[in-house]
Amino acid sequence: MKLDSKVPEGPLEQKWSNHLQDIKLVAPNNKRKHDIIVVGTGLAGGSAAASLAELGYNVKSFCIQDSARRAHSIAAQGGINAAKNYPNDGDTIWRLFYDTIKGGDYRSRESNTYRLAEISNEIIDQAVAQGVPFAREYGGLLANRSFGGAQVSRTFYARGQTGQQLLLGAYQAMMRQVHEGNIEMHTRHEMLDLVIVDGKARGIVTRDLVSGEIQRWMADAVVLASGGYGNAFYLSTNAKNSNVTAAWRCHKRGAAFANPCYVQIHPTCIPVSGDYQSKLTLMSESLRNDGRVWVPEKKGDDRHPNDIPDEERYYYLEEKYPAFGNLVPRDVASRNAKIVCDEGMGVGPTGRAVYLDFRDAIEREGRQSISEKYGNLFEMYENITGDNPYEEPMRIFPAVHYTMGGLWVDYNLMSTIPGLFVAGEANFSDHGANRLGASALMQGLSDGYFIIPYTVGNYIADTELGEVDTKHEAFDEAAQNAQGHIDKLLNVQGDKSVIEYHRELGQIMWDKVGISRNEEGLKKAIKEIRSLREDFWQNVRVPGEAANYNKYLEFAGRVADFLELGELMAEDALHRDESAGCHLREEHQSEEGEALRNDEEYSYVAAWEFKDVNGELREQLHKENLEFEFVELKQRSYK
Amino acid sequence: MADTFTIHLKIWRQAGPDEPGRLVDYTLNNVNEHMSFLEMLDVLNEQIVAKGEEEPIEFDYDCREGICGSCNLMINGRAHGPKALTCTCQLHMRNYSEGDTIVVEPFRAQAFPVIKDLVVDRSAFDRIIEAGGYVSVKTGSAPDANSIPIDKSVADTAFDYATCIGCGACVAACPNSSASLFTGAKLSHLNRLPQGEPERKKRTVAMVEQMEEEGFGDCSNFAECEAVCPKGISISAIAEMRRNYMKATFANEA
Repeated sequence: MKLDSKVPEGPLEQKWSNHLQDIKLVAPNNKRKHDIIVVGTGLAGGSAAASLAELGYNVKSFCIQDSARRAHSIAAQGGINAAKNYPNDGDTIWRLFYDTIKGGDYRSRESNTYRLAEISNEIIDQAVAQGVPFAREYGGLLANRSFGGAQVSRTFYARGQTGQQLLLGAYQAMMRQVHEGNIEMHTRHEMLDLVIVDGKARGIVTRDLVSGEIQRWMADAVVLASGGYGNAFYLSTNAKNSNVTAAWRCHKRGAAFANPCYVQIHPTCIPVSGDYQSKLTLMSESLRNDGRVWVPEKKGDDRHPNDIPDEERYYYLEEKYPAFGNLVPRDVASRNAKIVCDEGMGVGPTGRAVYLDFRDAIEREGRQSISEKYGNLFEMYENITGDNPYEEPMRIFPAVHYTMGGLWVDYNLMSTIPGLFVAGEANFSDHGANRLGASALMQGLSDGYFIIPYTVGNYIADTELGEVDTKHEAFDEAAQNAQGHIDKLLNVQGDKSVIEYHRELGQIMWDKVGISRNEEGLKKAIKEIRSLREDFWQNVRVPGEAANYNKYLEFAGRVADFLELGELMAEDALHRDESAGCHLREEHQSEEGEALRNDEEYSYVAAWEFKDVNGELREQLHKENLEFEFVELKQRSYK
Repeated sequence: MADTFTIHLKIWRQAGPDEPGRLVDYTLNNVNEHMSFLEMLDVLNEQIVAKGEEEPIEFDYDCREGICGSCNLMINGRAHGPKALTCTCQLHMRNYSEGDTIVVEPFRAQAFPVIKDLVVDRSAFDRIIEAGGYVSVKTGSAPDANSIPIDKSVADTAFDYATCIGCGACVAACPNSSASLFTGAKLSHLNRLPQGEPERKKRTVAMVEQMEEEGFGDCSNFAECEAVCPKGISISAIAEMRRNYMKATFANEA
């Protein structure tokens, strides 16, 4: 396997514009002769499908939900970054690029990250033109706020529902193209395999989640925008249906999986309350703009938080990081929450929580102002916990949120399989080892609206694509493979439920491949995952039948894939013997508990090639060396 | 520790769209006040799977944080249950107590056919959006975002309507199964903004007519939709929709 990043020559600022000039075009009358499959309808998939269809390609769009509007991008709360510098506080494209690459602990590709910052401004224009109701100032212009990891206000937002509004913009653009007949929409369909003909991605196999039918779809290119794999941890902030299946099946067909160990743990989630719990709810990071994070100084102090005087409160982020305070990036905030809880200062019934306190902000600005900024978040918190955050501090704890790893892609967002493009959270490319707040929405839309439409066209114009139909033997093989997998799951007929396996896998992942990792734990995790996987295939019970609406069967397939991916995540974390961003190896930290990178040996993208899974997962490591021509690698410091 | 209690459930079971449905009784012990309603159903399903006598209950859900609009249950006859401004996934069992009987049914409307058990097909909503619920803008050609100032109060009101999650509670609660709140909300969002102005009449007529074609009933001002809307969308959207529709059709400018 060869990893050719295809980064264009030239200065950083000109790479993308030069590349656009070099890109081959498909004539309008030829575009309609080409079919493109887009899997997923979130910010990346929805915007890609809409834009490709608008250009004139025949787009076939697939999602597992009952409507394209329900993709999990809808749940993103805080905002979307752009280097518009509307607040005139000194922001530039370079600064946004620099913050992103530094925030990712120098483990992303310079050229991709710069392009992301460059495109950011266009995204805001596009969204506003679509009628996305961003927050505005009284003068009628767009409002901005600041977000973790940044010292400028570059985040555009629509109350606490920015993801929803941006997603609806992309969804509406998609529905317009459905109306025009340029998109063929398939909801409640799950991609189960990728079809490769003559070494190129030429189609997919899906299961109709209502009828259970296995179906074949042909195309000239496949765009995968199927999201991240955080649900490997069972409890996470991801929607329950978020899964890795489409990406994992592509990986098993030859697409390299890059940096699987880079998992972002979000610092501001509502803590776990019991073992029946199905998911964790994130509270937007923007809350840390006004909320102060603290724990009681005395271990086991069980007084009501409002009865603990200031001098007995430990505002640990403000004390340790005076320059950024409560706005340190997510990995730093998460790790520090774990540290104070490990030291016995955690609060709440489980001791695994810290306070996020709005008392001072309410005193300073008034309840009305705080309510305007965060009202819906406060309501959500009260709804879930039964406590009123206007009256007492919120309790928060870190939770798995976003995966920076994903399928490896080159500068054109093409995977190691020609014709298979990967966009949004499903690819690995722009965030490195850690993602800054308000950057996920930016990347999804940048990939979908402004990169994929050009690079897919370049591929189509530049590639000999023979006639293929769905009767081709490669389609037969993939369809049989998908059917065989389903039959196998239904035939085990054991006595343990899918959810029990998922929960057990999640516990292993959280304990040993979570906020911090060490060699011994990772080795143990690999063993435990293997034996859990073996047990799964002997004892799982999947009720119901294949030719029917069967949610348990859907989940069983996804958990089976998580049981393989989990091993790769641990393997990747074990081999990366350094700390980088969200990957903290306990063996490599400074005296203050900060992550210590090893740029000499690990300044590369780890791209894994699937070999086999038979008892153990066999993967071969390939390295894409990261070269930093334009930025100087520095130890991150937020002090 | 949280209090645990026992509840009785009557749940709509229906094997497929053309099969007859019926309410089936279940009793669940050890219900914890912190559970969400859907987590309670998960626990019940685990028991059903463990017994192995029948298939688990199918219901729609995804984000479980009240924003995706997937979950859609009639709980004791009310869409999304007893709590105002709340989706089923955010309804917690602390709203119930020992010995309660809860009837759980799918959202009912001619335009929302049942797929299985509590799962219904709401794709009619997508077709209403498809008819005109967008601003026709091409990727990459938009003017600078600050080139059109929009009065804060206009933007805020547009946002209030834009928060619709398309769950369909408005339809389920309406005696006429009208989709007017859903359609009106999208129209009030887009029609109000300068970006949406050029297509205002065309959009209004197309969406209203699609809504009728899908088999949704007329609005008779019962306001049940507003009462159950998890996002608190005001029925003034419906009045606006009618005004715009009348203007567009009488002026024959559509």
